[in-house]
This record gives sequence, C-alpha cells and structure tokens, in this order.
Amino acid sequence: MAEFSTSVQERGDISIINLKGFLDAHTAPTLENNFTQLINSSKYKIVVNFEDLAYISSAGLGVFMAYIENIRDNKGDIKLTNMSDKVFNIFDLLGFPLLYEIYKNEEEAIKKFSGS
Amino acid sequence: MSVRNKNRTGELRVKSKTENLSEIRDFVSMNARAAGIPEATVENIILAVDEACTNIIKHAYKLSPEGEIIIKINYDKEKFTVTIIDYGKSFEPDRVPLPDLQKYYREHRVGGLGMYLMKSLMDDVEYQSVPGEYNQVLLSKNIRSG
Repeated sequence: MAEFSTSVQERGDISIINLKGFLDAHTAPTLENNFTQLINSSKYKIVVNFEDLAYISSAGLGVFMAYIENIRDNKGDIKLTNMSDKVFNIFDLLGFPLLYEIYKNEEEAIKKFSGS
Repeated sequence: MSVRNKNRTGELRVKSKTENLSEIRDFVSMNARAAGIPEATVENIILAVDEACTNIIKHAYKLSPEGEIIIKINYDKEKFTVTIIDYGKSFEPDRVPLPDLQKYYREHRVGGLGMYLMKSLMDDVEYQSVPGEYNQVLLSKNIRSG
C-alpha cells in the first residue's frame, strides 16, 4: 500500500502542510482532511511543502483545485514550495504555474504572505 | 542481445480499489525497468497507467471495489505497451474534452486531467469498448534504442 503522510505546522498566522510519500487517488483524502480542518479553523494562509513528496497523480493535483477558490475568497492562498523537478513537471504539464504561486522554499512563500 | 530482442509479457489482475494503485505502479515499474527504459520515461509510464486505472475505479466501476482490472504488459526492443482491461461501464473518450484548467478550477472538476496526462505522457492511447462486455485501453511508448 502506498505510504503517504502529512504534518501541519503553524508559523504565526501561516499554516505549513508538509507532504511525504505518494499522493494518489487512495491517499488524497488525507490531504483533503488537512485543508478541511484548516478552513474550519479559518486558517486561509497555507504553504504546502513538497520536499518529501515522491509521487503525485491527478487525484492529488485535484485536491489543490478543490479548495483554492474558497481559500482565496477568504483573502488567503495556497502557495507551493520545494517541488522536485519530477513533481513540478506534472504541475507544469497541466498549466498549474498559471494558477498557483510556486516557490523554491518555505521562507520565500512565507515572505510573500507577510510582506506585500 | 537475444534476450533484448525477445518479446516479453507480464500480467497483473487486481480488484478495483484505490489501495491497489501502488501495486499496479510497482508492477509497471518493475517491467519498464526490465525493458531498459530510461528512468524519466519509466516515471511517465507509471503515472499514465495510474491515471487509466484511477479512471476505471472511479468511472467504469463507480468506486465499487469488486470490479476486476487486468493489466497486461508487452514489450520488445521498439515498443512498450500496457493494455488495461475492465468489465465496467463503457467509456466514451470523445466525450471528454481537453481540460480548460481555469474552468476546471472554477467548477471543481478534475476528472479530465488524468486523460490529458495519459495523452501527454504516452506516444499512443487507444480505447476500445464492447458495451456490456469489456473496455480496453492501450497505452504505448516507443523505446528509443542506443
């Protein structure tokens, strides 16, 4: 069975979701739960760190699409960081860089939330 | 060299559960590596097969876990082909439009992304359906020699 886990950290009013392992149709509900919980707690500034993510399919990509509208309507955003080339290529193939801000590391994403 | 010129095949049968996707990926990975395919291409084939099987689980079998999925692999020195068979609801690929991501994002629709990925990652994607009997999708990738 595919291994996938997440952990959530708080940095001020910003929430960081760390992804680990294989994100597919079987494991996507784990990440959906993270987003649902953050939204239920009115936490709309979210950074997702892909550093330990080994694999993503469209079922995983779909999770980001499912929540982004609600989050942006509440003046928040989902910013993505630390993607491997392999994972970035899949995002790129589907045109995600037009819809999501993707940064090299967490610090850059956090700066964007707190800075401008 | 005689080994590489041989036609090789493999077959995996699994039930239509998302928890079986990792076994499917491992099966494809093992065969694609044995065929001597470069790593980046192996990853693309794995993802395309995952997408095809995810679509079967969600749409052909509508998440019922008792459906059967058969994955057959056939390769020679020129071509690596994965044939995926199911006995669920038939699929009409012409009815799936290419995704307009902005529109998908507004409507929270993601089903067509997998189809688009399969077509982007493979050299050929062919569907064949005999309604009420079986559906078959053929994914193939040309193997560059040398």
